[in-house]
Amino acid sequence: MANGLPGPTTRFFNGILPENPVYRQILGMCPVLAVTNTMAGAITMAGATAFVLICANVITSLLRNALKPHLRILVFTLTIASFVTIADRTLAAFLPLMSARLGPYIPLIIVNCIIICRAEVCASKQGVGTAFFDAAGTGLGFLLALASISLVREVLGNGTVLSGWAGPGGLGLRVLPESFPTWNLLLLPPGAFFTLGVLMGLVNWYSLARKRRVAQGNLFTVGAEAARAEVQA
Amino acid sequence: MSTLLPLAAIELSITNVMLLIVSTALINNFVLHYFVGICPFIGVSKRLDTAAGMGAAVTFVMTVAAILTKTVTYFVTGNMNVTGGQPGVLTTMIAGRALDLSFLNYVVYILVIAGAVQFVEMYVRKFFPPLYKAFGVFLPLITTNCAILFATLMIMMQNMGFAETVIYSIAAGIGFTIAIAIMAGLREELDFADVPEPLRGPAITLIVAGILALAFLGFAGVQGPSQAEPADANAPAPAHVETPEADAAA
Repeated sequence: MANGLPGPTTRFFNGILPENPVYRQILGMCPVLAVTNTMAGAITMAGATAFVLICANVITSLLRNALKPHLRILVFTLTIASFVTIADRTLAAFLPLMSARLGPYIPLIIVNCIIICRAEVCASKQGVGTAFFDAAGTGLGFLLALASISLVREVLGNGTVLSGWAGPGGLGLRVLPESFPTWNLLLLPPGAFFTLGVLMGLVNWYSLARKRRVAQGNLFTVGAEAARAEVQA
Repeated sequence: MSTLLPLAAIELSITNVMLLIVSTALINNFVLHYFVGICPFIGVSKRLDTAAGMGAAVTFVMTVAAILTKTVTYFVTGNMNVTGGQPGVLTTMIAGRALDLSFLNYVVYILVIAGAVQFVEMYVRKFFPPLYKAFGVFLPLITTNCAILFATLMIMMQNMGFAETVIYSIAAGIGFTIAIAIMAGLREELDFADVPEPLRGPAITLIVAGILALAFLGFAGVQGPSQAEPADANAPAPAHVETPEADAAA
């Protein structure tokens, strides 16, 4: 880019790991903790968030020359709220059980900081193509983060993967034997905090180990630079 | 509804009100049970006085926003998209039939909350300068605080009455303040602890919050064994475990 901002490819890959919204930027914690007790719920939530993220980023990018600085947050929020309404009504029509289970967390996408952050950082400054790939990469990174947290919680807490995908008893896959003592605590609210804390510690530990090999300096930026160079090579 | 303004879906006896307050502030604590308002919980909870200021500001804005959105829902948009919902009273009167405007709710709510925060900020700055100094930087941040929107959504989805709305939002704000103040106290001590390097920062905060949530899980016993959460992955998520109506019936 002429103005020194990253191009679409960099934006896309940045969203997945180097600037992962959950593990690196610690944004949008509310759905991350609340809906990850089942993989099915987590993936539905990530899908809805990615849909809203992509649509809102594209619209914001198209509007970027007409935005007034003092009104821009309001415009972002109203754009997001409109797409969240579409996502919410669509889920209620086609996946009523999932919609009832996620309840108020679907409308809470409106105040998910990830979407406002992407609109502010990327879409209000760059073209439609870049904004689209930025949103797609961030959405994918969010999906991977939610899937990893819910995988740990559901496998250890219930012994299954993807159970309840199509209603109770549908499509679930039992990965641990029935005799395995399940950790019910992981399905309860404290389990969400523990799982995310430990996983975040593991990601940091990986970054630190990498940092020692690469160079001295700030933990997050050095890790990001190294991963970025590796991805682009 | 026979009366013009429905006060509450439950009978407003002392027992029910106390149950509603305990259930909202402690058992279903916004931060530790519903996970809303995590951003200020992790970001602002470094010192006890800022945490208390944030808690007070959230309680204040939450109550104002809850009353405003309840009024808009009741008179204009209605909440026909939830079970037992009803159309807006004024729109029904004007149109002569039940209009389902509930799809507008999310857009209207976020607009009302953003507007309410602006007005509260201007009003407090003009008439209560000491209070403005205390709330200060937190007021604008609150627009995007998910706890406010979550409270208005719960009130809409559970068909609460006006008195119930006020009690619920104040109790929710108190619960948020309790959680964020305890966390601030813990983190002031945590500064002196020797934490392994990868866990420093948000990771150890989350683990400490998990232990705190574990302690708050004990409050579920206050309401008796029927309130224990289902540990089954197929069961509804925490958001739908209990409603105040069910609490009252229990």
